[in-house]
Amino acid sequence: MVSLLKSVINNVLRKPETRCYPVERRAPFAGSRGHVEMDPSTCTFCGVCARKCPANALTVSKDPRSWTLEPYKCIVCGYCADICPKKSISMNPNHGLPGGI
Amino acid sequence: MPGSKSIIPFGPQHPVFPEPLQLRLVLEDEKVVEALPAIGYVHRGIEKLAEKKEYTQNIFLVERICGICSFMHALAYCQGIEMLMDVTVPDRARYLRVIWSELHRLHSHLLWLGLLADSFGFESLFMQSWRSREAVMDIMEATAGGRVIISTCIIGGVRRDISEELMAEVLKTVDVLERDLEIIRPVVFDDYSVKQRLVGTGRITSEQAYDLGSVGPVARACGIARDFRETGYAAYKEIKVTPVTETGGDAYARARVRIREMYQSIDIVRQAVRDIPAGDIAVPARGNPEGEVISRVEQPRGEVIYYIKGDGTKNLERLRVRTPTFANMAPLLTMLPGCELANVPVIVLSIDPCISCTER
Amino acid sequence: MSLMNTVAVSPDSLLQEVAGKYRQRYRFVTMTCTDIGDGYDILYHFDKDYELCNLRLYLKKGEELPSISSIFFAALLVENEIKDLFSIPIRDLVIDYGGRFLLTEDAPVAPMGREGCSRAIDIRLQGAPEEEDK
Repeated sequence: MVSLLKSVINNVLRKPETRCYPVERRAPFAGSRGHVEMDPSTCTFCGVCARKCPANALTVSKDPRSWTLEPYKCIVCGYCADICPKKSISMNPNHGLPGGI
Repeated sequence: MPGSKSIIPFGPQHPVFPEPLQLRLVLEDEKVVEALPAIGYVHRGIEKLAEKKEYTQNIFLVERICGICSFMHALAYCQGIEMLMDVTVPDRARYLRVIWSELHRLHSHLLWLGLLADSFGFESLFMQSWRSREAVMDIMEATAGGRVIISTCIIGGVRRDISEELMAEVLKTVDVLERDLEIIRPVVFDDYSVKQRLVGTGRITSEQAYDLGSVGPVARACGIARDFRETGYAAYKEIKVTPVTETGGDAYARARVRIREMYQSIDIVRQAVRDIPAGDIAVPARGNPEGEVISRVEQPRGEVIYYIKGDGTKNLERLRVRTPTFANMAPLLTMLPGCELANVPVIVLSIDPCISCTER
Repeated sequence: MSLMNTVAVSPDSLLQEVAGKYRQRYRFVTMTCTDIGDGYDILYHFDKDYELCNLRLYLKKGEELPSISSIFFAALLVENEIKDLFSIPIRDLVIDYGGRFLLTEDAPVAPMGREGCSRAIDIRLQGAPEEEDK
């Protein structure tokens, strides 16, 4: 294990690679699939997203108008955002907090 | 009592196993005389579920067979469907697929190296390789939107393009990786204590490896020059890949193969970024798949095989996946008898097992 | 599109054909089993120099499948898997897990068969009701 000694010493002297997470956060990458967002002003409640969702996480109803995403089922693949005919669904690069979006 | 036999259940929960696998080891003193795997702890019935989902939704399903080679699972699946539906993927998409494939191979091998180092108690090497892996994860998130399951492959191409600026970032990342590998490589190749644990451990002959159908680095460490990238799927037609081989057939040779493959992957990424043509990234695929096809892709652990049978509806009739670890299980059973109990974790980790892949 | 290099075999001639493949230095890749209603469509995939060669076997329901694990040891894992997931009796397995390779005692019978597990999956999939009909 001697051959790694130099890097071990380097590592001791360097500042940590990790971040002090809740205090110091890295800004999300621009294209990151953080969580799903829906803009109700353009949505026609057609239900394409609900039918195509690979994880069956979406429930859409026309009457009464509702659009529900089950965060525990959602796999954040972004397929709904791709296929939405009105482009009402988008991916927000910020990750949702645990337990809900 | 010398010479008496005892049976040790090794796993399913064991400090060195990232995934649940149980080995029933028959021991004579400290020596393993027989090993029998017991799996089924992470069987999720993905093949059955794939028959119930639409073939477009299955891309996201097959990606979840295994996180570490998720992109290559999607690639193998999409290539199969493309063959059935006669879709020609645009050139740019083929190159992008290669870039993401090789980034996946890099992070998979770095992950494996960490786990192997952990299996013989070399925590510094574990930390070192996992830290380098973070660079790949970051570039993956920046280019594809996800750290591990990147979901960029679709039927007919890819979902995202990598912009010029991000291509420069990709190159920067592989430069950093190459620098880090220069620290890691001598440790794995030459370090006394690493060699003490790896050389001669879990040795199989080339003949055995061939007969037992081993794939990937396990086969290549025995001198079998088999790398499915040679056949030229995606952009490997233009970017030539020569299989990396070693002749030792032991854990050390397998480690060497993987380290050298990382250098190869870095080269491939550079070539792909340099040669990538401009153009579309996807063509629309209409209709439903009909007929049967076998699609193969070289994953970090070896060759994955997809058998896809479509009946002209949006649901597939059958999707069968033979993952590389499944093929490497039989060689593992041949490696274990005769070894010391203390070497079992090293041998198991040396095939880079992915139990989630194995059971689907 | 259909599979290239596919030869039909019967359960009687299977072992002979497989032994022939072994002599020709083919590597065993895997087996694929599909439930096609009245029987099973079983494919044996072999590989040599990146070329796949398949043997296709039709097995009636209730019939026994001879194991090839005495010729290709690597086949025992996939044969045990098929035995579990389709409940096909397989004879002369080198190591027989007795239907407990992937499944436990309380697992469903033949989950990969036509009927097996279908209901359970359907119920889960219907968790998202289709609202278009309203």
